[in-house]
Amino acid sequence: MDAELLSQILFSAIKTGTPLLLIALGEVICEKSGVLNLGQEGMMLMGAVVGFLAAYSSGSVGLGVLGAIIIGMFMSLIFAFLVLHLGANQVATGLALTIFGTGLSAFVGSDVVGQTIQGFQPIIIPVLSDIPFIGRILFTHDLLVYVSFALAALVSYVATKTRIGLIIKAVGENPHAANAIGIKVLKVRYLAIMFGGGMAGLSGAYMSLVYTPMWIENMTSGRGWIALALVVFASWRVGRIMLGAYLFGLASIMHLVLQGMGWSISPNLLAMLPYVATVVVMVIISADHFKEKLLAPRSLGKPFDPRQMA
Amino acid sequence: MKLKSLLIGLGLVAGLSTAQAEDPFKVGFVYVGPVGDHGWSYEHNRGREELEKHFGGKVKTTYVENVSEGADSERVITQLAKSGNDLIFTTSFGYMNPTIKVAKRFKKTTFEHATGYKRSKNVGTYTLRTYEGRYVSGIAAGMMTKTNKLGYIASFPIPEVIRDINSVYMAAKTVNPDVEMKIVWVNTWYDPGKETDAANALMDQGVDVLLQHTDSPAPLIAAEKRGVRGIGQASDMSHFGPNAHIFSVRDDWAPYYISTTEAVMNGTYKPQDFWGGFKDDMLSIASINDNLPADVKTKIQTTYDDIRSGKFHPFTGPIMSNEGKLVIEAGHTLTDAELAQVNWYVEGIKDSIPN
Repeated sequence: MDAELLSQILFSAIKTGTPLLLIALGEVICEKSGVLNLGQEGMMLMGAVVGFLAAYSSGSVGLGVLGAIIIGMFMSLIFAFLVLHLGANQVATGLALTIFGTGLSAFVGSDVVGQTIQGFQPIIIPVLSDIPFIGRILFTHDLLVYVSFALAALVSYVATKTRIGLIIKAVGENPHAANAIGIKVLKVRYLAIMFGGGMAGLSGAYMSLVYTPMWIENMTSGRGWIALALVVFASWRVGRIMLGAYLFGLASIMHLVLQGMGWSISPNLLAMLPYVATVVVMVIISADHFKEKLLAPRSLGKPFDPRQMA
Repeated sequence: MKLKSLLIGLGLVAGLSTAQAEDPFKVGFVYVGPVGDHGWSYEHNRGREELEKHFGGKVKTTYVENVSEGADSERVITQLAKSGNDLIFTTSFGYMNPTIKVAKRFKKTTFEHATGYKRSKNVGTYTLRTYEGRYVSGIAAGMMTKTNKLGYIASFPIPEVIRDINSVYMAAKTVNPDVEMKIVWVNTWYDPGKETDAANALMDQGVDVLLQHTDSPAPLIAAEKRGVRGIGQASDMSHFGPNAHIFSVRDDWAPYYISTTEAVMNGTYKPQDFWGGFKDDMLSIASINDNLPADVKTKIQTTYDDIRSGKFHPFTGPIMSNEGKLVIEAGHTLTDAELAQVNWYVEGIKDSIPN
């Protein structure tokens, strides 16, 4: 394999990994605040369809992205209201949100199936893109990929270096203690859930405006679920989420690349790679119960009611 | 008052019975993709619309789109039969066994299955000579490639797809002896995301002409983005890649849908295995790009004419397989039944068929 081909493959891996990175960045903040939202796939699909519709009817991809983020937030608000206000079970509500989003997106988008738009064009960054090997891989993408780099840095910084990060962590680890020192637990969780929703919407927009600039029913094909596994895989750390996203991206294109190179491995077997990787990762992580508990936000998935004491 | 309501009741009954007498002939369609795929299902649906237009109000059609092959399709076909359709077209290879199964239970309904090979008393099959279009595609691709690498995005390793891969390669070889073909199986008929990934993987490896046996315009869009060439599948896809597009091989099912419906209505229908091609105007070369060199345009036209007139048939022996076996004897041209069973790659394709 020559360097040219390798850089092409890594370039594609980043492109394929970007929607996973975007959605996982939102989910990690949400989970750090103690809320598990399994509705990622549904929010992502709604982001994809609304983003496409907005861009298609207005002719502006920027408006498409904005629309996707707003609908993602709106979808997550429904979830937030149910689990935070009414104390509904997070797992069941999240699943319902995914099913709801899948159906609603198909319904809303039925008129524009197969239409295409002029999506985001690649922006070649001068000077940086001339760096041999690395330049091609990192600096010849489209705007949303650069945005994802920046967002990863921002989320990492906020989560580890700022007061806001500490507050989110406190709420996720021990909401009662956080409540006792005057942090508004529900408000923090509302905001964290909405951040997750916005990112899921953005990730959906990446699918329908950049990756394949069109809308098709169920076009995210399970990426929301892979992102959920990714957050666990990365043990809630942003750096590892980034690495994991690109690894998963690589795994999902590898079977196509190898076939083109004339490897006679069953394509069906190769196509399973990303899913096998997901299962393996889950097994490795859950094998060590103590470690898992140590890494996960301690109140993840547990409802918080300020009237009750822990 | 009583008399009045009685009269109204009688009127209603009479109205109902006349409505029944003039009940339109009902035709159902099952599609594997969305009607908006701008490829395979889109063209079947266009055929359906033409059918309805042709017969005015005498024929009423319904369709179900996005039906996955296998168990799900059996449910949909049963539903269509139950709801009184007289004729049902099932338009994807994977509907073959479900169609045969449902047909056994609904003996009064006529079924027509596209691209399959199983028939029964009330099941006929029909298909397109897609290999004719592929041969012309291969000629154009072979002449247009600069890297001598063609990329083929393939769906499932079934005879129809394998046959067409051979057709493209044989054609390309006649105009460009150095040509090489890379084949990528995506295991789907319609998944724009995956088709894009496959297109990119192929282009990464130096491919500069993309051919596809999948139904979305995604590969053509990807080709346009990276400045290479592509050929439209099933439908006129020129607007998805104004510069990339060489031409589209366009399907037209309307003539067959109209003649078959007519035959079933008149009671003259007999299940058969129908193959439509250039000659029947069910397959055409659409929107040849103006930006092609003149010699390529001419060669496309002459190849099309030769196949259409019957002067040339791509599957005429001697043809060797890539495992060194003589698969078509010298002087023999494959019959339709033999064409439906092609399970070998021709000599020169450096790959093996996945099982």
